Amino acid sequence: MNRLVFLLPLLVLLVIGGYLAVGLTLDPKKLPSMLEGGPVPAFNLAPLEGRDARGFSNEDLLGEVSLVNVFGSWCVACRVEHPFLMKIKENDWVPIHAIDWREPDRTAGPDWLRRFGDPYTLAGDDPRSKAAIAFGVTGAPETFVVDPQGIIRYKHVGPVTQQVWDDTLAPLIEHLRAEAANKSKGEGG
Amino acid sequence: MKRVLLMAMLALLMLSPQAWAVNPDEMLKDPALEARARVIGKDLRCLVCQNQSIDDSNAELARDLRVLVRDRILAGDSNEQVIDYVVSRYGDFVLLNPPMKKKTLLLWYGPVIILGLGVVAIFVFYRRRRHGTVDATAGAVPLSDAERAKIDKIMDGDR
Repeated sequence: MNRLVFLLPLLVLLVIGGYLAVGLTLDPKKLPSMLEGGPVPAFNLAPLEGRDARGFSNEDLLGEVSLVNVFGSWCVACRVEHPFLMKIKENDWVPIHAIDWREPDRTAGPDWLRRFGDPYTLAGDDPRSKAAIAFGVTGAPETFVVDPQGIIRYKHVGPVTQQVWDDTLAPLIEHLRAEAANKSKGEGG
Repeated sequence: MKRVLLMAMLALLMLSPQAWAVNPDEMLKDPALEARARVIGKDLRCLVCQNQSIDDSNAELARDLRVLVRDRILAGDSNEQVIDYVVSRYGDFVLLNPPMKKKTLLLWYGPVIILGLGVVAIFVFYRRRRHGTVDATAGAVPLSDAERAKIDKIMDGDR
């Protein structure tokens, strides 16, 4: 019994060490989203130069499942995900809307889209982070999945890749579409 | 002489106020409101460089958060309303002072509990040691004749 007392500090050390080891594998940049499950925050952004003059507001997100993608021409990871967003657009999988975040000037974002291709349905200019902060964005790119009722159902931090799409986004979008179809059927009958 | 001068210069450096990232063009004209913005900004974490407050950070997102804090103050929000808004977007993580909640009880009281355990451990240790010296002879088994003979032999050999 007395011997065991001496093992106690070692045991405590191991437990603390275990927690710290797990802590090392966690990414401190990944924060839980406060908005998942809640409505899209109210925002109303000016259009990008040379694009649809409507701009982009929270009311545009009602009616169908859509993605809201936060990007910027300054953002390297956005370049990484860009080809895959183009693929989504070409296959018409789901509409992607853009919050063009913190551009140095009015032309930087539109120039970037002209140069690499424009995967977005609607796009709004957010030079002062008004919408980005309302969405709780901490860095670009971030992508939100919004259901037809305008509820944020998922937030993805970092580039959208084929794997992210296959594993997470595509199944979720399918699920949300089925959910919406059931609901409208219920209302009709 | 040179050394004295150098020392004086270093001492003067220590008097310089803390460098803030808050730019003059962001500041509010009303010093009272600006002071409130400083109080709020001091406690809000910059989400880009996570161990700085938004007042300390040069990150662009921190700048935009500072501007947002000031916009809200001008719009008539109280300090709590401004902080609640930012927390509603970014969660408790954005607060540099974690709030007292069920989830954070261990964080707040953990050190006190560990200190208490330490005090108890020391107390028990010394109590046992004091009693231990008395108990040592009480519970001991006397030496057998063979053992006694062995000891005598060893002691003799020493001489």
